Amino acid sequence: MGFGHWDLFRVIRNSTMLLYFFKRLFNLVPLLLGITIISFAVIHLAPGRPAYLKEMDPRISLEAQERLMKLYDLDKPLLKQYLNWLKRVVRLDFGNSFVDGRKVIVRLRERLPITLLINILAMGLIIGIALPVGIISALKPGGLFDKWTTFFVFLGFSLPAFWLALLLMLLLGIKLNWLPISGLRSFDHHQLSFWGRNLDLLKHLILPVSVAAFGGLAGFSRYVRGNMIGVLKQDYIRAAYAQGIDKKRVVYKYALKNALLPLITILGLSIPGLIGGSIIFESIFAIPGMGRLLYNSTMARDYPVIMGGLVIGAVLTLLGNLLADLCYAWADPRIRYE
Amino acid sequence: MIILDVKNLKVYFSRGKKLIKAVDGVSFSIKQGETLGLAGESGSGKTVTALSLTKLISEAKFLGGEVVFKQKDILALASSQLQKIRGKEIAYIFQNPASSLNPVFRIGSQMVEIIMMHQNKSKKEAKSCALKMLQRVGIPDVQKNFESYPHQLSGGMNQRVMIAMALSCQPSLLIADEPTTNLDLTTQAQILELLQKIKHEQNLSLLFITHNLEILKRLVDRLAIMYAAQIVEFGENLFEHPLHPYTQALLSAQPGFEGRSQILKGEVPSPFDFPAGCRFHPRCPFKKAICEQEEPLMQEREKGHFVACHVAENVVK
Repeated sequence: MGFGHWDLFRVIRNSTMLLYFFKRLFNLVPLLLGITIISFAVIHLAPGRPAYLKEMDPRISLEAQERLMKLYDLDKPLLKQYLNWLKRVVRLDFGNSFVDGRKVIVRLRERLPITLLINILAMGLIIGIALPVGIISALKPGGLFDKWTTFFVFLGFSLPAFWLALLLMLLLGIKLNWLPISGLRSFDHHQLSFWGRNLDLLKHLILPVSVAAFGGLAGFSRYVRGNMIGVLKQDYIRAAYAQGIDKKRVVYKYALKNALLPLITILGLSIPGLIGGSIIFESIFAIPGMGRLLYNSTMARDYPVIMGGLVIGAVLTLLGNLLADLCYAWADPRIRYE
Repeated sequence: MIILDVKNLKVYFSRGKKLIKAVDGVSFSIKQGETLGLAGESGSGKTVTALSLTKLISEAKFLGGEVVFKQKDILALASSQLQKIRGKEIAYIFQNPASSLNPVFRIGSQMVEIIMMHQNKSKKEAKSCALKMLQRVGIPDVQKNFESYPHQLSGGMNQRVMIAMALSCQPSLLIADEPTTNLDLTTQAQILELLQKIKHEQNLSLLFITHNLEILKRLVDRLAIMYAAQIVEFGENLFEHPLHPYTQALLSAQPGFEGRSQILKGEVPSPFDFPAGCRFHPRCPFKKAICEQEEPLMQEREKGHFVACHVAENVVK
């Protein structure tokens, strides 16, 4: 058929999409700047100082403390400190940790993959379970399956993750001794075969991933159910049945694609929650990830590491939202770019 | 030859403990090549009647009576057999063309899917069939619009697409439920003309549902009037010689009616609680004592003209 004007139209549409993408990306810069200003201010306003060692160890002299303050620029006004920090960050230099003197970027780089791995696995688990559960409940709202899942979902909503984590550790780790309760590797990890090592890692991941997924499971399955119920009432579903299309196809093709569209946005919005959740479950399960690093750094007022972690979290959140918007526009033909 | 024979159709829904009688003992038949009009106010049960003809009402509490289509009782069929009738033998077009097409699939792919399913055609054959159908219903630039999404077309164009989809498998009965209600007048006229043309070309039977009697007058061979979940009058020359007081009131309320128009008092009764006796009696200007007690039966008053009314004779001049 050649290069008809319809093809041309598509190309133009795609190039407006590209333009839209760059415009959105550009708009993220002031947003990110605002986030860093607020984070920087809040963290420095929080009580406690990294160099106030005297509170912990009375033998340290005041002179030593002041020397430290000077070393880390902490005696300068806040605005000056922020601008200095910003000047370095633009060159991707997040400074050195107050605690161990290593580069922040290195510390974050060794922690980030673990947190991403756990969160991606948890996200997969959430989608893998919540999708079928939501769909099946929506097919018969008020039915037996729907009633039971509604019950469990609200149970899941109301149980605090840390409490559930502790109970699971107690039951599966200590009473039944099925799963390891902390860390990512056993003591004999380095002696295991390749598959043994992976199995060991997998065993360590089961509890943290389940706990990370648990809270999201509840909300996400409710969203799937709600969207699906709404879509199944639409005229085009009735029309599809009237055209003789069988129920399976109507539900899993005609209805599902429409019901999934809003979930793309919700997935994008859930990223900050996941980062926040990581702080809790990584601390409980003693997992050397970003979350625990941020927690420990906050306790030690290790400003460079905290700020580095926050910037990475903010970038991930903003990119996640942008990606969700783009996916939505790609999946729903009705969305136009302005 | 009668192609569809509906006998004593009943469709009830439950809301809490209450029973809603949406269709309550409806009988009518459609002949091969005939256009039957089904008219009545909103809420009188027209759409539920249309949908239950192929059991599209899944949430009904009770579905009774008989719907005989080509010697088969549709209400007794299993869903796998129903799927071979829906869309292939009995096709529908609906009130809101734009929302009756799936918004996230291209028009072409929606058509191709149905043609492939009902006619065992390859994708290529189905596509050429779909393009031909789109051309027949007057879609301009079919190659381009084949790739369009429903939101890119106007309401009238979408209804043309719905008609093309409905007719692509050569059904013998087309059920059109208020197909032009949401379209502007010129588009409405075009769609009606298209339906007429295709009906004659394919010797199609048509069940046309609307509350617009003016359209029906131009279109239909026979007319059924629904009131409060029942058919109160059914036959050929309803427009010239209405016997039921409700039909008379409806016709006299049309613009262009010559003579004194009768304005009905009151409202359509709630389906939770129909009046005893004749359901129309609280609004009937001619009611007698018997109307409040006894439900009138459908009787043939003239040849091929049925009325359910105790006072109909008195009304005839």
